[in-house]
Amino acid sequence: MKQATLHARKAGVIIALLGVVVVLSSSFRYVPHGSASTRDSAVSAQAFMKVYSVLMSPRCVNCHPAGDVPLQGELSQPHAMSPQRGDDGKGVYAMKCANCHQAVNLPGPHMPPGNPNWHLPPANMKMVFQGKTPRELALQLTNPATNGNKDKKKLLEHADDGLVVGGWNPGEGRALPPLSYAEFKKAWRTWIETGAYAPAK
Amino acid sequence: MISLNVNGESHSIDADPEMPLLWALRDILNLTGTKYGCGVAQCGACVVHLDGEAVRSCVTKVSRAGGRKVITIEGLSANNDHPLQKAWQEIDVPQCGYCHSGQIMSAAVLLRENPNPTDADIDAAMSGNICRCGTYPRIRKAIHLAAAWQAKGNGR
Ligand code: FES
Ligand code: FES
Repeated sequence: MKQATLHARKAGVIIALLGVVVVLSSSFRYVPHGSASTRDSAVSAQAFMKVYSVLMSPRCVNCHPAGDVPLQGELSQPHAMSPQRGDDGKGVYAMKCANCHQAVNLPGPHMPPGNPNWHLPPANMKMVFQGKTPRELALQLTNPATNGNKDKKKLLEHADDGLVVGGWNPGEGRALPPLSYAEFKKAWRTWIETGAYAPAK
Repeated sequence: MISLNVNGESHSIDADPEMPLLWALRDILNLTGTKYGCGVAQCGACVVHLDGEAVRSCVTKVSRAGGRKVITIEGLSANNDHPLQKAWQEIDVPQCGYCHSGQIMSAAVLLRENPNPTDADIDAAMSGNICRCGTYPRIRKAIHLAAAWQAKGNGR
C-alpha cells in the first residue's frame, strides 16, 4: 500500500515536472521566430541581457514603475508631486503628463523632459519593468497578454517607437542608457530573431 | 505674430514662439491673475486651461497655445461666480492668496471630470499645486462645497 502511494507520488512529481518543462518551452516559442536554423538560445539570451541593461536604466524604468506613480531622476525615485498613472497612462484631472511635459525637452537642469507622446503604460496593461529579473522581463515582453498585444512584428517595430527612441534624448542633466541606440536596436533584433529566449534567471 | 484666443477674445501677439505662455499672458496681455511661482513646473501657481487641460503656463511655449483656447482665472466665469470661486470665498480659503489662481484652475478640471470627488480624488488632482501657507485643509473643504453646489446647479 505504502509502496503504491510512493509510486503514485513519484509519478505525480514527474508529471508536474513535465508540465513545467512544457510551460517553459511553449512560452519560449510564443511566436514563430523564423526558421529553426536561426534559433539560438545562447545568443538570444545573451542579447537579451544587453537589452535588459537598457530597459532597467532610469530612462526606461522610470516610466515602467511597479506602482501607479512614475519614477524620476537617476535614482529612479517616485516622481515629485505624485502624478498618478490614470486609465490611459496619461495622468488624471489636473495632473496629466502633458500639462508639464511638452513635445520637446526644455532647456536647463531639472526642467521637464519632453516628448509628443509622453505617457506611462495604461492601467489595464502596466508592463512593469521595475523589480523584474531578466527572465521575468523577457517572458513578459514576449507574451501578447502582458506586452501590449504585440506579435513578433510589432515587437521588432517597437524599437523604433518615438518614446523608446526618446530615451536617447533625455534632456539636460540626465544620463543616457548604457548602450547606444544602435547597439540597443541590434541587441533587440538579435534577441527576437534568434528565438526571443528568456535567460535562466 | 502668434494668434491666441484667451478668455474668448482673439489676440495677435508679437512674441518669440519659445516665450512661455505665462509671460505672454502677464506681460503682453496684462492678465496678471495667473502667478509666477517657480518657472519650472514645480508649484502650480501658473496653471491655466489650454483646450480645457490644466497646463502649467510657465513651461508651455506660447507657440503651443497658438490657435487653441486659453482660459485664465480672469475668464473662468463671467462674474467670478464659478462654484469654486464662490466656495473659496465662503470658506475664506486663501491666506496670502498667491497660489490660489492655480489652485482654482486645477480644481476646475477636477470638478469637470469628476463632479463628486472623494478626498483621494482631490489629492490626486491637487498634489501638484503647492501652497506655502498650508491652506490645504480649506482647499479640500471648498472643493467639496463647490461640488455640492455644482450638483445643485451652481446655486447656493
Ligand atoms: S510657476 Fe509654473 S509651476 Fe510654478
Ligand atoms: S495661500 Fe499663500 S501660498 Fe497658498
